[in-house]
Amino acid sequence: MHIVVCIKQVPDSAQIRVHPVTNTIMRQGVPTIINPYDLFSLEEAMRWRDKLGGEVTVLTMGPPSAADSLRKALTYGADRAVLLTDRFFAGSDTLATSYALSAALAKIGEAFGAPDIVFTGKQTIDGDTAQVGPGIAKRLDLKQLTYVSRIVDVDLTSRSIVAERRAEGGVQVLMTQLPALVTMLEGTNEIRRGSLDDALRAARADVVVWSAADAGISDLQKCGLRGSPTVVKRVFAPPPRSEKAELVETHGRAPAESADALIDIIFARAPGVEADLAKSVSGF
Amino acid sequence: MSNAPASPQAGGGRASMKKELPERFKSYRHVWVFVELERGHVHSVSWELMGEGRKLADKLGVELAAVVMGGVDAGVREAAQESFAYGADVAYVVENPVLADYRNETYSKALTDLVNTHKPEILLLGATTLGRDLAGSVATTLLTGLTADCTELDVDADKSLAATRPTFGGSLLCTIYTLNFRPQMATVRPRVMQMPRRQDGRDGRIVPFDVDLREDDIITKLLRFVPDRDSNKSNLAYADIVVSGGMGLQSAENYQLVRQLASVLGAEYGCSRPLVQKGWVPAERQIGQTGKTIRPKLYIAAGISGAIQHRVGVDGADMIVAINTDRNAPIFDFAHLGIVTDAVRFLPALTEAFRKRLSPHSKDRLAG
Repeated sequence: MHIVVCIKQVPDSAQIRVHPVTNTIMRQGVPTIINPYDLFSLEEAMRWRDKLGGEVTVLTMGPPSAADSLRKALTYGADRAVLLTDRFFAGSDTLATSYALSAALAKIGEAFGAPDIVFTGKQTIDGDTAQVGPGIAKRLDLKQLTYVSRIVDVDLTSRSIVAERRAEGGVQVLMTQLPALVTMLEGTNEIRRGSLDDALRAARADVVVWSAADAGISDLQKCGLRGSPTVVKRVFAPPPRSEKAELVETHGRAPAESADALIDIIFARAPGVEADLAKSVSGF
Repeated sequence: MSNAPASPQAGGGRASMKKELPERFKSYRHVWVFVELERGHVHSVSWELMGEGRKLADKLGVELAAVVMGGVDAGVREAAQESFAYGADVAYVVENPVLADYRNETYSKALTDLVNTHKPEILLLGATTLGRDLAGSVATTLLTGLTADCTELDVDADKSLAATRPTFGGSLLCTIYTLNFRPQMATVRPRVMQMPRRQDGRDGRIVPFDVDLREDDIITKLLRFVPDRDSNKSNLAYADIVVSGGMGLQSAENYQLVRQLASVLGAEYGCSRPLVQKGWVPAERQIGQTGKTIRPKLYIAAGISGAIQHRVGVDGADMIVAINTDRNAPIFDFAHLGIVTDAVRFLPALTEAFRKRLSPHSKDRLAG
């Protein structure tokens, strides 16, 4: 079985800071990580490989430095890593990204065997769109299983997959045909630590590096900024409310006094809240 | 990648922004809202979107249409009728046994066909598991732009959709356009937009649409649906009062101070993202862009600095009360009321003060 996991190297968003004057992102020194949602998909992929045999290929699109994340995935136990990198991909939105990744997936199929399952993360922590997975599925005509909480069965003989999918108000148990695209829900497994062998292998392994041309992309109009129907016109910090917060005086007051003062102002400004609370009390 | 641009300046002054809309898209008109109907029940996000769609349609001087699909006799007609009460002028209804349960295969085919036939300029969907699953497929098939999790929708002077959403992990906002493609698609998370007032008696046109789908041709099968038991679910998104805590609480143990205040107020409790990342509080309690969006009458934020990713989840609250030691914390830029003090010391005092006022035997007792 051949499983491909698409991952993304993202800035560790907990450490992103915005310059207070220019409102631009201060990128210097912000560490990058594998998008945390991708790790649930990577672990699931490796479990099914361990069960049924085969290989796990990790694929990412990004700058050359994204090879770091691929190497990290190899230390967890992935078998092969492919980096799709080209200046033509810069500024890709989700549509252009799914185009480039689909091309690379087709090329991976030619070079290393057609994937039976393609995994992506449920979403990324920097873009949060959850669109690239469905985009790849549509372009490659893979059956789409998003928000999967459990893969119940993969049967290579009948080419079928059964999965539990989180839906509104419940869980759907779906059966469909391979090849499929799966995105795993967070918390469904825990990424393994990876063996010493894997770490040594990762240190020596060559990451396969492909340009747009290497991936068989001839139409550069579909890539990067040019291939992106969405245009970001403005990036900004939201303005403060026109009125500044009314601050409750604490100077020289015990916490109990400040608390009483705060409650007085809450009730004065939001009489509805006081009435609701009074009602719930009289219900005792 | 994502809608996040390569740099905050990306896209500024691009030649593509000046291009005229290609001829084939000029006939695309009207605003559509996809109505999410599952098991006879319409997701409230659909009506929230209907309110927003109404405003966009009025600004554009066009009609607002509801798109309702489902199985035969599965409440499709009822939902279409209800959409008129929430502002729709037209309802496209697609009834077919293969649409009885949501499946990407069938729904994306039905919605794509409908769009290609009736050509809307704007298509809005809820950013639910269903809406996100469907929107990504449909936008890719139509090769058009899709902006996820918008917090604000507006129409520009040139009549294009301006979709604003958080970017860079919720540290900034950006406004995104789909200038040269149609329809312009966007998703919005539940509770981000206000529920419009229902106008009973308001009527509209029902337009049936047939889609060429037979169960034998559908590869994906639903084997079972296991409904959630509601017992353990928090009602955070719909609570009238919410108390939440952030890193200012300093330890996992101190989170109980938030729960104690919530208990006295009969409120729901939540937290900011770092507390979930630290494993102090379960993810379902997270408030903000990647967690729940809330619209309570009163929101008390204890030890939360107020990053944009948190702010967009609470901006709909009627009154925001912030407790924070840092006078310059961003939360004081959008809170209505604040107190500059240590939440760990202050919360017990506030809980006690509320308890006294709410006690039936208190002489300070509230007027009934």
